[in-house]
Amino acid sequence: MPHTILAEGQRIPVSSGRSEGADLWIPMASLGAATGWAIKPEGACKGEVCVPMPRGREAEFVSPSAFNYTAFMRYMGHPIAHRGDTWCIAARPEDRNEQMRSLQAPDFTLPDIDGNLHSLSDYRGKKVFLASWASW
Amino acid sequence: MDLPVWQALYTELEAKNFVVISVALDTAGVAAAGQWIRAANPTYPCLIDSEHVVADLYGMVNVPQAVWIDEEGMIVRPTETAGTTDGFRHMDRTKFAMPPEAIASLRETRRTYLDALRDWAENGAESRYALNDAERLARLTPTTFDDQMARAHFTLGEYLHEEGRPNEAQVEFAEAKRLHPESWEFARQAWALEDPSKSGGPEFWDAVAALGDKHYYAPVRLTADA
Repeated sequence: MPHTILAEGQRIPVSSGRSEGADLWIPMASLGAATGWAIKPEGACKGEVCVPMPRGREAEFVSPSAFNYTAFMRYMGHPIAHRGDTWCIAARPEDRNEQMRSLQAPDFTLPDIDGNLHSLSDYRGKKVFLASWASW
Repeated sequence: MDLPVWQALYTELEAKNFVVISVALDTAGVAAAGQWIRAANPTYPCLIDSEHVVADLYGMVNVPQAVWIDEEGMIVRPTETAGTTDGFRHMDRTKFAMPPEAIASLRETRRTYLDALRDWAENGAESRYALNDAERLARLTPTTFDDQMARAHFTLGEYLHEEGRPNEAQVEFAEAKRLHPESWEFARQAWALEDPSKSGGPEFWDAVAALGDKHYYAPVRLTADA
């Protein structure tokens, strides 16, 4: 059964995951391609960073063939909403607040009406008045 | 609509190393925002944010809100109301008319806000409207776990709506609103997707009335000592 993870503006299809209550187990074989995480002896790793599994709770997160990705992200402090076949993983509040306190404007890339993409960083060197509006 | 005002501002100030970037927080994308953008025919980047990414990154809870960003990419004025007032709350909805004093106050608020933008475009870091670091930090609104959980439910709702599952989407939107009741972005977008007449309908006016003495658009202190 196909599942979908929404995270950091991406829609990640997980073709052979297994849902169990509020959790989604992702097969080890597709974990890296889907999420960028890998399971190593030192813990769950993304790039250079490894997070050890909490002692005595390893079975909650890791089985011989799959990784309970949503339980792990929840353990990491991410708010997660779930309905049926879809999970949405939001940014951690402490990460957002740290970004905010740096006073550096976070970058984004969005289309105009013709589909041309613009990034905030394209306008570095100018004073930018960034304003929201809506049709509603 | 704010687009013609921002176009005029951009035309006036673009030679001063100044650009407007407007972002439409519209889940339905071009289908919802397109007609307004075509009518305004903007020459500045007028972007469409169907997943409300900018609201998430910058902690926006309503529109119009704005952020001022300097040449180095630093925020000099965090998210705040962009030159408008609560005057609409005094509107006679049978005639769609605001009392003269509310109109005068709205015009004055808009004028002073646009003048502050002109001053910043001209004077950059020397402008008294470019806040100092302490003031910028003091004006940040930290996000909470519940705020971010609300964002997760809202984003999930947008996805479900797009997938043709509107009833499930509204359940997610309801949870987002419950967890972050201060967000008019969540409430009004959800109403608009449920029924386009709803975001300005009785539910909206009841919710505004329920604010009591609280603001719908928080007033802006243009300078640190204002």
